[in-house]
Amino acid sequence: MNYYPYFVAGWLLLIGSLGIVRSRNLVHGVVSLAVAQAGTYVLLLAVGYQRNAPAPVFGSTKKPSTNVVDPVVQALTLTDIVVSATVTALLLALAMQIAKRHGTVDPDELRALEG
Amino acid sequence: MNELVLVILLTLVAAAGTAVVMTNAPERQAVTYAFFGITLTLLFLALQAPDVALSQLAVGTAFVPLMVMLAIRKIRRGRS
Amino acid sequence: MNRGVRHLVFLFGGGLVAVLFVLGALGMPKFGSSNHPYRDRSVHAAAEHQTPNVVAAVNFDQRGFDTLGEESIFFASVIGAAALLRPSKEEREERQESGGGLRDVMASTRFAGYVLLPLTLLVGLDVVAHGHITPGGGFQGGVVLATGFHVLYVAGRYETLEKVRPVALFENGEVLGALGFAGLGFAGIAISGSFLSNMIPVGGWGSFLSAGTVEVLNFAVGIEVACGVIVLLSHFFEQAIRLRDRGQAQS
Repeated sequence: MNYYPYFVAGWLLLIGSLGIVRSRNLVHGVVSLAVAQAGTYVLLLAVGYQRNAPAPVFGSTKKPSTNVVDPVVQALTLTDIVVSATVTALLLALAMQIAKRHGTVDPDELRALEG
Repeated sequence: MNELVLVILLTLVAAAGTAVVMTNAPERQAVTYAFFGITLTLLFLALQAPDVALSQLAVGTAFVPLMVMLAIRKIRRGRS
Repeated sequence: MNRGVRHLVFLFGGGLVAVLFVLGALGMPKFGSSNHPYRDRSVHAAAEHQTPNVVAAVNFDQRGFDTLGEESIFFASVIGAAALLRPSKEEREERQESGGGLRDVMASTRFAGYVLLPLTLLVGLDVVAHGHITPGGGFQGGVVLATGFHVLYVAGRYETLEKVRPVALFENGEVLGALGFAGLGFAGIAISGSFLSNMIPVGGWGSFLSAGTVEVLNFAVGIEVACGVIVLLSHFFEQAIRLRDRGQAQS
């Protein structure tokens, strides 16, 4: 358990990349990329975790103490989740444009079209 | 006990992520990806990151799957 | 490169990454240890500025400049996607009812949608407004607000959604949010000499008007994210439901 979360993060990165490589549909590739990206979230949060420590949110009644989970990595992760979703939207829009222009979203067929 | 929950959730996340990638039909992928988003949300909650869990819940289970489904619908309609 | 060669290259590269990753992970501090130097510093800094949600303090106070960068990526992606999804000349709009969303929705589903709409909007607003005290903030609240809006699509018809969603207004809202963030940064220079400094009085611990600029920046980001996501989804909906290529047979 000392290193297991890191391995899960690495697994997500690799399996997502594998998905992009063997993808036969650009939309499938974009979703696989999102899975690979989730690996970074798991890695960051795993680095910041401390056993038996509460969340770094004190509410209006609790007094602040440093015995909490690392807030810095959480801040990095939470903005990235939202921002990466719009990047996913941009990639999906590109896939839609390609489908419109070439009539296919299979990367291999697209290569054949280029000649 | 905490430890056990974390191990289970981590394994679930790894399995769900694999399932998303191995789903070849993109329209079914929107559903598996939403499920993957839920497992990630639960993991983030267990890792004491409520802010991140909230972010993941809104984005991973609603926004991105919705866009994926709309994109597939458009691409299908263009082809047929 | 054909598929076989591509898989071979990935096998080699992916295998190498896997080995390096395992070696690197084994050299990291063990999972769940209690040594977090950044945590100690950021909690102190957040307490000084009366921000109970330390994550929000990190995002909008301590590393506000980075968040401005992230927010710019968000802004640029939305504009890029919107530009790509503009209806082209070959497409025409379809105005008859057939493409107009889910018909034959059960009355109970429709009712649930109408009840859920104000509820989700309220939750989203609360998530933005109390982001400096409880879990939440502009990024999460913005997405909740924007997706909550689209409950109306489940509730019945695309036309209803279109009526309450003037896209031009939301485009302006997105720009306004982005400008607000940058403007507050420059106000920081004018008042206390550094970009995005927390120059508003920080107030009392846990009260609604506290944490200085964190609260205001939360609102700016909330507006930008909510409007940006609505603009994005409206373009996706338009492409998937309204537009089809000219001369294409109707299905």
